[in-house]
Amino acid sequence: MKAIVTVMLKTGVLDPQGKAIGQALVGLGFSGVGEVRAGKVLEIELAETDPVAARAQAEEMARKLLANMVIESFRVEVA
Amino acid sequence: MKAGIVVFPGINRERDMAIALERSAGHKPRMVWHRETDLTGLDLIVIPGGFSYGDYLRCGAMAAQSPIMAAIRAHAARGGHVLGVCNGFQILIESGLLPGALLRNQNLRFLAMDCHLRVERTDTDFTRHYQNGEVFRAPMAHGDGNYFADPDTLDLLEGEGRVVFRYATPSGEITAQANRNGSARNIAGIASANLRVLGLMPHPEDLVDPLMGGEDGKPLFDSITAALAA
Repeated sequence: MKAIVTVMLKTGVLDPQGKAIGQALVGLGFSGVGEVRAGKVLEIELAETDPVAARAQAEEMARKLLANMVIESFRVEVA
Repeated sequence: MKAGIVVFPGINRERDMAIALERSAGHKPRMVWHRETDLTGLDLIVIPGGFSYGDYLRCGAMAAQSPIMAAIRAHAARGGHVLGVCNGFQILIESGLLPGALLRNQNLRFLAMDCHLRVERTDTDFTRHYQNGEVFRAPMAHGDGNYFADPDTLDLLEGEGRVVFRYATPSGEITAQANRNGSARNIAGIASANLRVLGLMPHPEDLVDPLMGGEDGKPLFDSITAALAA
């Protein structure tokens, strides 16, 4: 299976990168651009074939390494 | 004092650190490759600055998982001394030995310049050779040095007196302008509850000789050398 882990900064944690990207979009002439948040997406191939077990495994990976739980949150999709 | 400097792939400040330790202690520290797991006989473990593992994922995240870290955790748990500078501070935070996180600098720029640090307490093994409230100059060079922690953790650190260095003006005022990377409460360096694990972003090891332009950082190394002299 493949797990897709999306890691984002928690709400309330300053995201200067997202802010700069937002400013660049405005600079390019895009109108109506609100807050921009930047994050990471990780695609992980897993030998596991059971979706529930695959999700549990990916969530453990996210907690242990992929996300820094002090500042980031994550969500997992399995396919 | 027997000091060991941990070397990860991508670290580049280990020789500066070795010079600073040797100048104070009078002998060379041991270089410890990150695959080693035995720190027997070492009093002080230093994690120097650089770009371990190319700063992949998050600064310090990969190094925090390397084989040597279990030994460093055990050393700290035994009450051993650990110093982390710059990337070393990031690694100590990623490994959970110090609380909080280091975010991208507020202005998004890599900051390579001198800053001034105010010494918030001089009764630690790392700071005894500074005067109370003394301000000293230190070079900094980092992209992710913006110290962050939730308000409860910040209050805990302040309450327990674990903020050791703050970004300040040369005259010692704590201002937003002196806080170039945007760190919470101008925090530049913090210690563990037992004050034996210290992490800071700037580089005191780069000002330990008049030929480097000053000796502002030398009291830190003199302090720890004296504390661990035996």
